[in-house]
Amino acid sequence: MAGGAAHRRPLAGALAALAALSACSLFVGVGALSPRMLLDEPDAVALMLASRLPRTLAVLLAGSGLAIAGLVMQTMARNRFVEPSTAGTMQGAALGILLVTILAPGASILAKAAAATATALATTSLFLAMIHRLPPTQPFLVPLFGLVYGGVIGAGVTYVAWQADLLQLIEIWLNGEFSGVLRGRYELLWLTAACVALTWWVADRLTIMSLGREASVGLGVDYAGMLRVGLVIVSGVSALTVVVVGAIPFVGLVVPALVSRLAGDNLRSTIPLVGLCGAMLVLVCDMAGRLLRYPYEIPVGTVLGVVGALAFLAILHAGPRHG
Amino acid sequence: MIEIEGVSFSHGRAPILSDISLTIPAGGVTALVGPNGAGKSTLLALMARLLPLQAGSIAIAGRSVAATPGREMARTVAILRQDPGVSSRLRVRELVGFGRFPHSRGRLTAEDERLVDEALERFDLTGLAHRFADTLSGGQRQRAMIAMAYCQGCQTMLLDEPLNNLDMFYARDLMRTLRMVADSQNKTIVVVLHDINHAAAHADRIVALRDGRLVVNDVTARVLTPETLQAIFGYRMEVATVGGLPVVLHHR
Repeated sequence: MAGGAAHRRPLAGALAALAALSACSLFVGVGALSPRMLLDEPDAVALMLASRLPRTLAVLLAGSGLAIAGLVMQTMARNRFVEPSTAGTMQGAALGILLVTILAPGASILAKAAAATATALATTSLFLAMIHRLPPTQPFLVPLFGLVYGGVIGAGVTYVAWQADLLQLIEIWLNGEFSGVLRGRYELLWLTAACVALTWWVADRLTIMSLGREASVGLGVDYAGMLRVGLVIVSGVSALTVVVVGAIPFVGLVVPALVSRLAGDNLRSTIPLVGLCGAMLVLVCDMAGRLLRYPYEIPVGTVLGVVGALAFLAILHAGPRHG
Repeated sequence: MIEIEGVSFSHGRAPILSDISLTIPAGGVTALVGPNGAGKSTLLALMARLLPLQAGSIAIAGRSVAATPGREMARTVAILRQDPGVSSRLRVRELVGFGRFPHSRGRLTAEDERLVDEALERFDLTGLAHRFADTLSGGQRQRAMIAMAYCQGCQTMLLDEPLNNLDMFYARDLMRTLRMVADSQNKTIVVVLHDINHAAAHADRIVALRDGRLVVNDVTARVLTPETLQAIFGYRMEVATVGGLPVVLHHR
């Protein structure tokens, strides 16, 4: 089930484009920095290592992780119109961080990430259990329900935060941006790379899962077990992203849906493409956010809110050829 | 061989199967027939471990369905469910290749590739091998799913209404293929059928259910009598002989 030459060509193109964009990203920012200065000025090297490089790495990790999380979410829900931010996962993660912030204000960022993962797991499991009852002939009901469900949890989070006078923090968690990323403050995001590796490891079983429970059982795949693995991947990536940079919408929706249309759903061959395109989309949006109102920044969550919503509408308009 | 011993199943308080005990010998085609709601699909789902056994036991090729690990069962019995509705965009060749998953765990060997090619050929899918399954017609997709189950290479195959969506050409083609596979590879094939005449033409045995109870489990010729058919389906139908083959005039 290897990809074959037809799959490798877009992959090589995406890899080259991402490398070029990443190189550009290193030199886009408020402080003047050029490749030449790196050779001459020690301050330039320090800026690169303390800010620009961590920021670019954080973008790449979050972008690829979220796209993969969306891919896994869509596989589990067997619906192409869902992703962590439209299924209550991101809101669930924010709820977890909020609770830790209120109950144990001094908790470490790792503890926050763990709590956020746990609550995201709970809200996502509930989402999957509930969409199970929706008629499979109506694929649009799933994202619709997801938006309402996420909205309800988000409203609950906002209410609790308002009561606890923590509204500004909510703003930070629910609207992702990379301007605060510095060396020493983003490293937790490397755990999303572990989640991506886990997805790669179970790729064939996830593909079989997309054929449904009965086909999975027939092929000897532990369907319930794979659902749990998928939930951990989705919740883990979402929680880590929310904790470190804040929620970033639509990446997990748009990228897997487009790749599926172009290259199909055999995860073993599409995971690399989904990861690369996710990283590229977030990187482009982050650079646009840095440049549009230069020297001020627009948060990547806002940029993607606009770009992603338009792409989402385009995908919806193209119709559910296959649900 | 499939041994079913004292199997009952109910959905809430509604009984679906009542104390079914029967043995299907190894090798050959067995048709599972009965009117709507007789419990055919439920019995097949229990054999295929898609539903948990509530009472009784089922063993396939000596392996208890309830106690054998899923991976081992997947190498023993292949299943095709009614209306599998593939929504994944997998190419037909990839889909059929996943039939080898219980053996190869995702890394197809040269031998696996050869078996995939053979399955594509056998179910007339070679020309569609690179099409996405979601772009196929219902009948083509059905054939792809059957090819995947065949590719699993199990000694026992359980097929739930495989003739759904198939036109006359492919319905006949599939039944003849199952017959040939059963004969040449000594496979045990259990197939839920609605058209009793397909059973008459291709099955060695007929197992008939009605209202969740076993009516008959016997060789085809002995089931195809007006009396037995009335006991199964609830009305009298003539059985004629055309070209040496029993034909049930169920539609008259």
